[in-house]
Order: sequence, then structure tokens, then C-alpha cells
Amino acid sequence: MGAYEVNGTVAEHDEEGYLTDIGVWNTDLADMIAKAENIDMSDAHWEVVNFLREYYEEYQIAPAVRILVKEMTKKFGKEKGDQKALYALFPYGPAKQACKIAGLPKPTGCV
Amino acid sequence: MADETNTKKFLYINRKAPYGTVYALESLEVVLIGAAFEQDVSVAFVDDGVFQLMSGQDTAGIGMKNFSKTYRALGDYEVRKLYVERESLAERGLVSDDLMAITYEDENEDYAEKPSIHFVDRSEMTKLISEHDVILSF
Repeated sequence: MGAYEVNGTVAEHDEEGYLTDIGVWNTDLADMIAKAENIDMSDAHWEVVNFLREYYEEYQIAPAVRILVKEMTKKFGKEKGDQKALYALFPYGPAKQACKIAGLPKPTGCV
Repeated sequence: MADETNTKKFLYINRKAPYGTVYALESLEVVLIGAAFEQDVSVAFVDDGVFQLMSGQDTAGIGMKNFSKTYRALGDYEVRKLYVERESLAERGLVSDDLMAITYEDENEDYAEKPSIHFVDRSEMTKLISEHDVILSF
């Protein structure tokens, strides 16, 4: 257990860096988690993070990578809904790493 | 990769109400994880299990996560066959309209939305169970 601290707000996280309370998430916090993951957030990164947050809002789960690829393809087209492109953005796994930045729990079925 | 010869027919049977015990949530998670293995997956709802699909669930009062929205993601995971037993609904004073609408997009028909829930009689449920290779009961 530890905590992120940004602009005077303390956000607790678990041993792997996932937020304990998804309600405390904000974009400054996302930038900070990204930095800790050695990721410099670009528009393409935000597109994935925002998509994951919308998916979670609608279904209460973070999608598995396979589902993320499929749904990103539907929404943004083949170039962005591409496993290689997603791994280029999030080298340690798009669902795993992007979910962490999005403040969501670790995806179901993710080992 | 799975092909016709090593694809098994899986049936997950849900018998318990969604909250109070962890069975319903655990079952849902196993279904989602299992969906990655490209098997032929069906999910059945009998007895109090039919309550899992009730629309308008509100868990604020019991401090639990409302995971009912997650059933609507099953279509994305290619779990498209949900069977609800008619007698179980009737015995609890429920009708089909009390349940959430759960759909999937049919990629063979220009992503038309189709219903995933099928209502079956007890005798049909018995037949379904006998037709599956692997039965997991929750």
C-alpha cells in the first residue's frame, strides 16, 4: 500500500499501483501515474484512457485486451483498434497499464 | 487455437440471488475469463438466479458494487446465449419485462443488435443441460 500525492490530494493505491478508490481519479493524477510508468501522455494515450473510463462507466468492468482492440476498432477505426499500436502506447499491456492510468481496477482475467 | 474438434459446449448455471453470497459475481467473472478460451459458452438462470438479471438494481443501501451492468458486456465477449427458465420467473412473480435487455451485435448482419436472453421451459432446460459437455453450477 502507498499513495499518490498531487496538488495536496492524497490518493491511496494498492501494491501494484492501482487506485483503491476509483472516485478520487482526476487528469492530474492520471499524468502522475503515467509518469511513474514512464509514459508521456499524448492525445492517443488519452483516447485509450478515456475509452476505458467510458467502458467502465457503462459496464462496471475494465475490458480484456481482445475486447479493447475490438471495441476501439469499432469506434476509432482499424489503425487505432490495433493490438500493436496499443502496445506501442502502453508497452506493459494496454489494458493493464492504461487501466492503471485511468484509475480503474486491474482488468478481469488479467494475470 | 480452438477448432470444431476441441471446442466444448460449456453451460454455466446460476441458481442464487445476486447479492448476499458471492456466487453470482464469481460466476460472472469465470464466464468472462472463460470467454477468452474460445469455447461455446451458454449461461443459464434458474431458481433465485433469475434475480441476477433484474433491471433497476440498486446496491447503494448494502454497500456492494452493482455488477448488474456487467451482464450487458457479455455480448462483447461473444457470450450470446443466456437462458432463463420461465417457471423460475413465474414462481417469483416476475415477468420477462422485469429483466434487463441484453443484446449482442451480429457481425454477419451489419452489427444488428439481437437479444441474448432466451426464455425456456423447465423441460427445455433439462434438455439443454443434457446437451452440454461441461456444466458449472453456481
